[in-house]
Amino acid sequence: MSKFRFPESIKSRPVYGTLEPRPGKYHLMIADAEGAEAILDLAGQDADLMAKTHIIYIPKYTDFGDKLKALNPAQYYEGPTYAASVQRIQRVLQDAHMGTQVYLTGTEGLMGQAQNECMQAGIPHTAIQTEHRGSVVRRMQCVHCKGITEDVATDPYVCSHCGLNLFVRDHYSRRLAAFQGVCIDAEDPGNVPEQAELYS
Amino acid sequence: MSAAPQKAKAGAEKMDVTVSAVVPLNDLVTRFEFQRPNGERFPPFSAGAHTVVTMDDNGRTRLNPYSLMSDPADASTYAISVRRDDEGRGGSLFMHRNVKVGDAMTITYPVNLFSLDLRAKKHVFLAGGIGITPFMAMIAQLERFNGNWELHYSVRSAALGTYVEQLTSKYSNKVHIYYDDQKQGIDLEALLDGQPLGTNAYVCGPKGMIDWVHATASAAGWPDANVHSEEFTAPQPGKPFEVRLCKSNKTITVGENESLLEAMEREGVDAPFLCRGGACGQCETGVVNADGEFLHRDHWLDADEHASGEKIMPCVSRFVGTSLEIDR
Repeated sequence: MSKFRFPESIKSRPVYGTLEPRPGKYHLMIADAEGAEAILDLAGQDADLMAKTHIIYIPKYTDFGDKLKALNPAQYYEGPTYAASVQRIQRVLQDAHMGTQVYLTGTEGLMGQAQNECMQAGIPHTAIQTEHRGSVVRRMQCVHCKGITEDVATDPYVCSHCGLNLFVRDHYSRRLAAFQGVCIDAEDPGNVPEQAELYS
Repeated sequence: MSAAPQKAKAGAEKMDVTVSAVVPLNDLVTRFEFQRPNGERFPPFSAGAHTVVTMDDNGRTRLNPYSLMSDPADASTYAISVRRDDEGRGGSLFMHRNVKVGDAMTITYPVNLFSLDLRAKKHVFLAGGIGITPFMAMIAQLERFNGNWELHYSVRSAALGTYVEQLTSKYSNKVHIYYDDQKQGIDLEALLDGQPLGTNAYVCGPKGMIDWVHATASAAGWPDANVHSEEFTAPQPGKPFEVRLCKSNKTITVGENESLLEAMEREGVDAPFLCRGGACGQCETGVVNADGEFLHRDHWLDADEHASGEKIMPCVSRFVGTSLEIDR
């Protein structure tokens, strides 16, 4: 099962829903890894949806690609990483029209970054559907050096840029599509709590 | 749309003005221009804002909201355009018949419940009749920084096409006029189709037009946040009813031709308000007790709140029944 119930948290923390088909002539679905399962569920709800859909999929460590292709979307693209796919996402949004429906699903990092692209293209974030699937790893920003560390799985973690020990917080930046990590041993260097898996 | 902050005194701050011009535009619409005494400058406003004009009609105070339609960058003048409504409650008739150049009047500071979303990549304006007024200010504001806009303006006939000539001569490529008497109508579905991502639509006109635009855009997959509307409802006359004001400890009767808000003001109760047209939410009042039926006419409360019978907007809504007690 790829669904995870996030505990209640502060207002800053993004909340995800369940994807549902919406009216529109053009549908853009961006997913990574187990997000593919949400798209498969969505396709099952509306037989006409896929003929109007462009899927941009980053499989990561999974092999859902063939199942997604079998849905016969109007367009299908598989990218090795988000970074390698972002130019395509930007190009698609540049040509898109009002009424385009966006569906984001998979890890928080993927959804946050793709949402950011959509917002810059002029879609209000309230109109973008999201559904979390798969890993609970986070995209974190170090508030000290501003460096981004992808796929953080533990709390605390070590900043991959400056090496500080960072506390994983729910304080989120929509603009950066990242949670904010703060030095956990600033007052007493070296006094770092034991590392634990997120939500363990 | 969000509620304005609560203030100590009801309504927006007021200012004294002098009528500097009265310009009849056609059979129904007249423009009134105001200046401040001693050549003072007006506060700046953002396009889409309205002002509430105080009219002293033979001892009866009328307060009507009108969109500011002058150029927001021009701080020397505020202008409104008023459509005469012969079947209305008399505010517009008073403006047309009694207001002359040189008259001293009182208006409120501007309040904006219909502002431009300046993040928009493009602005599509849909106007019906006198609904053109806020767009006159919006167009002036956008023209200053080369904003991307187009106007679709539906009028009854050429003779009643307020500002049609001015708009078409100045912005011939951006303004599209539709004449009812020539059976022309806005092809809304085609118009909404293919607009670039980030387009915002704004509609001002009769209620039917506003509902039509919201419904059509929604069916075409437009986000609600990208469709803006403004409609001021004039309070409708109705059967007189009695209401108990528990905080003020008064029982008053709302007359046939006045609103609950006006009745409270007549009795010296300082009830909050801003737009007086059911749009802003400022006058929202809790219902303590009610035995009867509410006639909700506002656009502020949602359907559930209307059904609950726990709240009323005294500026436009009425009550029919045996007893009503409100928290004011």
